[in-house]
Amino acid sequence: MTGVWVAVLVTAAGCYALKLTGLVVPKGVLSNPRVRRFAELVPIALLAALVAVQSFAAGQSLTIDPARLAGLGAAVVALLLRAPFLVVIVVAAGTAAVLRALGVA
Amino acid sequence: MRDGIGLGLAVGISGVAFGAAAVGSGMTVAQACVLSLLAFTGASQFALAGAVAGGAGLIGGAAGAILLGSRNALYGLRLADLLPRRGVRRLVAAHGVIDETTAVTLAQPDAAAARRGFLATFVTIYLTWNLTTLLGAFGAGRLGSPQALGIDVVGPAAFLALIWPRLRAGRTERAVGVAGAVIALATTPFLPTGVPVILAATAALAGALISPRPDSPRPDAPQPEVP
Repeated sequence: MTGVWVAVLVTAAGCYALKLTGLVVPKGVLSNPRVRRFAELVPIALLAALVAVQSFAAGQSLTIDPARLAGLGAAVVALLLRAPFLVVIVVAAGTAAVLRALGVA
Repeated sequence: MRDGIGLGLAVGISGVAFGAAAVGSGMTVAQACVLSLLAFTGASQFALAGAVAGGAGLIGGAAGAILLGSRNALYGLRLADLLPRRGVRRLVAAHGVIDETTAVTLAQPDAAAARRGFLATFVTIYLTWNLTTLLGAFGAGRLGSPQALGIDVVGPAAFLALIWPRLRAGRTERAVGVAGAVIALATTPFLPTGVPVILAATAALAGALISPRPDSPRPDAPQPEVP
């Protein structure tokens, strides 16, 4: 549990430091288009990696959880229908919960 | 300013999802709330909750969460001229540099409106995000097992929703997303938890080197003929 607290505080400190960095560094530092582009693309790479890992991995092994995948599929449908953020989340969790309650997946 | 308050309320409510996901992953209510108060940037918070759920790799989890916050530094660069330049006010304003405040601030017609928009969005979203984190965290603990409620799907669904508009931005964005996912899954069996996600950043590096400009014409697109 102590480890989680340390992770929480380190993450908070790191996130704040990054926010402040943008306000205090001289403008020229990040004017390189490649650096700027990298910072734009990093969240895409990491978020996609997180979607993949949290969908298909349990620790270090790859698994397939049908209810979880059905929930994600429902999220994709909701996103294609341009549903707002919270609706996407509720649809995804609800789909997985219902399938598990019915014992289907 | 009204835009800021409206957006702040709409997005702030999503703190419910984070609170529920955090407690479902094994964090305490206090840890979820402290993270919302002090980190205050959604994607990073969901990422750390996911790492805690993984059971191991907290160092990798924290590193990945912080790396996800790197875009806020870029936002700060664009907002620096509009926000307080020095002192405590700058230190406080820095905490509010996130996706939503940046969007509202840069959409305003002049500097005074930009400052008002930033303040309105920051205050609204900070209050609602933290309040709803508390509600979600308490609610998830009371309602039953996280698995039965489908809370294990909240994290990936939230990431998917966050990444969705970026994936529509262009081909490089989609390629980087796919590559990031493949890199992470392919290395998962061989590396400690959390590390594969950080390794996925190499996809962004490759994307930046290959396509440094977001709106550059595609190399294979037909070029206008010189008359």
